[in-house]
Amino acid sequence: MSSLSELVSGLASGDVRVVDLTHTLDPDFPVIILPPEFGQCARFRMEEISAYDHRGPAWKWHNISLSEHTGTHFDAPSHWVSGRDLPSNSVDAISAQDFVGPVVVINCVAQSDADEDYEMSVQDITEWEKKHGAIPPRAWVLMRTDWSKRSGAAYLNMREDGPHSPGPSPDAIRFLIEERNIRGFGTETVGTDAGQGSHALPPYPAHYYLHGSGRYGLQCLSGLDQLPATGAILIAAPLKIKDGTGSPLRVLALVEDA
Amino acid sequence: MRSRAALGLTAAAAEGRLMLQRCTECRTWQYPPRDACVECLSTDMPWQDLPPTGELLAETTVQTSPRLYYRERIPWRMGTVQMNEGPVILAHIHEDVSVRAPIRLAAHLDRSGQGVLVAMPRDPTPHEEDTALMRELTADPKHRRILLTDARAPNAPAIAKALLDAGAAIVFAGEAETWRPYPTRAPMQEIGVDLMPLDVTDTQSVQTLAGEIGGKTDILINNAKFVRAGGVLTRGDVGFARDEMDVNYFGLMRLAQAFGPGMCARATDGVNSAVAWVNLLHIGALANTPDYGVFAASQSAAYSLSQSLRAEFRSAGLRVMNVFSGPPEEDWFQTLPPPKILPESLAGDILKGLQAGVEDVWSGDIAKDVRERFRRDPKVLERELTFGGDGP
Repeated sequence: MSSLSELVSGLASGDVRVVDLTHTLDPDFPVIILPPEFGQCARFRMEEISAYDHRGPAWKWHNISLSEHTGTHFDAPSHWVSGRDLPSNSVDAISAQDFVGPVVVINCVAQSDADEDYEMSVQDITEWEKKHGAIPPRAWVLMRTDWSKRSGAAYLNMREDGPHSPGPSPDAIRFLIEERNIRGFGTETVGTDAGQGSHALPPYPAHYYLHGSGRYGLQCLSGLDQLPATGAILIAAPLKIKDGTGSPLRVLALVEDA
Repeated sequence: MRSRAALGLTAAAAEGRLMLQRCTECRTWQYPPRDACVECLSTDMPWQDLPPTGELLAETTVQTSPRLYYRERIPWRMGTVQMNEGPVILAHIHEDVSVRAPIRLAAHLDRSGQGVLVAMPRDPTPHEEDTALMRELTADPKHRRILLTDARAPNAPAIAKALLDAGAAIVFAGEAETWRPYPTRAPMQEIGVDLMPLDVTDTQSVQTLAGEIGGKTDILINNAKFVRAGGVLTRGDVGFARDEMDVNYFGLMRLAQAFGPGMCARATDGVNSAVAWVNLLHIGALANTPDYGVFAASQSAAYSLSQSLRAEFRSAGLRVMNVFSGPPEEDWFQTLPPPKILPESLAGDILKGLQAGVEDVWSGDIAKDVRERFRRDPKVLERELTFGGDGP
């Protein structure tokens, strides 16, 4: 049997599960808040064109508007100044081959529960590898914090000095890129960086290093608690937006129950 | 249909002013409004503020009427008033006024938006504002339920407090993006405002709240505002301009489409009826300046829409009150020199406007000044405000 027909029978039998890691696009879902003098990320909005009524008797449809970076979304290298001059750095130019690949999940729930500004360290990664083996090359690495289970003000967790949420340390991100050759990094929070990432050097280190080396970001993920630490396949295909720096998308994982 | 001349009385009443034409030649006050002087046939009769004192000469009580509105409200007192300045005027009579009593004549708009004159007691009587007649002619927040659309706005606590202090039954305030904390939340809760989810940029959110409280909103005050500084060239893109239009113009439209029909339906619902729709507008709506040029354009759009809305609401008897003010004491207007409008003075002017039942309120010196200059000559005002630059 070919590997694809094996996959098909696995999907049919339920041995391979499709897990949805996507939040619903909802007008009230938080977006990243920048200092107000900067341009702002649009919220998801939806206006009825018709709803089986005088505007269109037999059909219902909506016009929607949103940012490339609204809801569960993908960051392309061109999103950051460090990746602005890389080749094929926008969502329409990235090879489709990059949209499907292995995924590992590093569980930082206990640490994030104890410290909302927790930064995942290189040691967290090496500890993980002692249990689960080396991170495969070109893998997606997802940082699980269960942050997606928060709602309302607790999600951005804004205070006078800005948002407070966990993320990777600058060293951990460099380690994943330089020593583990990852495909990209994903989080359950509103950005790939910690909430206080603007105070790091360089500011927003995950964005800076990931996109500067042609890697991708995924944020506002949910359902990471349904993924195994390793062995799953992630399908994350952004919309093909001309020169797009990112895109909302449906993120799916294929999980084989042992 | 009233004559064009007669509309002068309505225009004055729309601002709460008692005005009649007065002949420049012979100084005769004209009543009713007319096109030539009753004494000397001069046609030079500018509108002037009439000193409001007089006495009630005679009264009658209307017992029947072909008009549905009056049929529902008869018996209705009418009378003739001798003004100290001379003219004898036909007026509605407040119930605390008796024949030969000294009166103070007040101009109001009736439910169809026409200017009418009311003989009030010369010295205010207790609860004079609570009579059925005055509840018809004003939009007093007392006993009424009010929706303030943006709890996050810096002026929200002052407006809510003024309304509650004036006897409002409930003040609801719309709260957008509860996931984003804001400093006015605590003071709003302390004074007893009911916070409700509402984002004027989200049609579904507006419809949902209208479904919940649209049937008991007596006064809607739209204080939602998005503002950034800058003209067309300093902005460089249409990003913030879209936000301004979405909040300041489309937000008004979404609110009107969701809340308007229900409020119109309740506009004759007894003494605590739905009564007024209030827009807070920047004075730049009348004349633009490039320091806030793009924002001012959104205010012009909202102002224009409010005129359509006023005409659309008129047949139901729901008032539209526009409150124009200059730059407020807020972060986004920090770079402008004083005078700035303080939230408390804006709130006081909104309250006074509702209590008087007017259509236009000019809050603060800048708004009043621009109004006067606009009326004299809009083109001259445009050149004055933009410094009349000589160009290259």
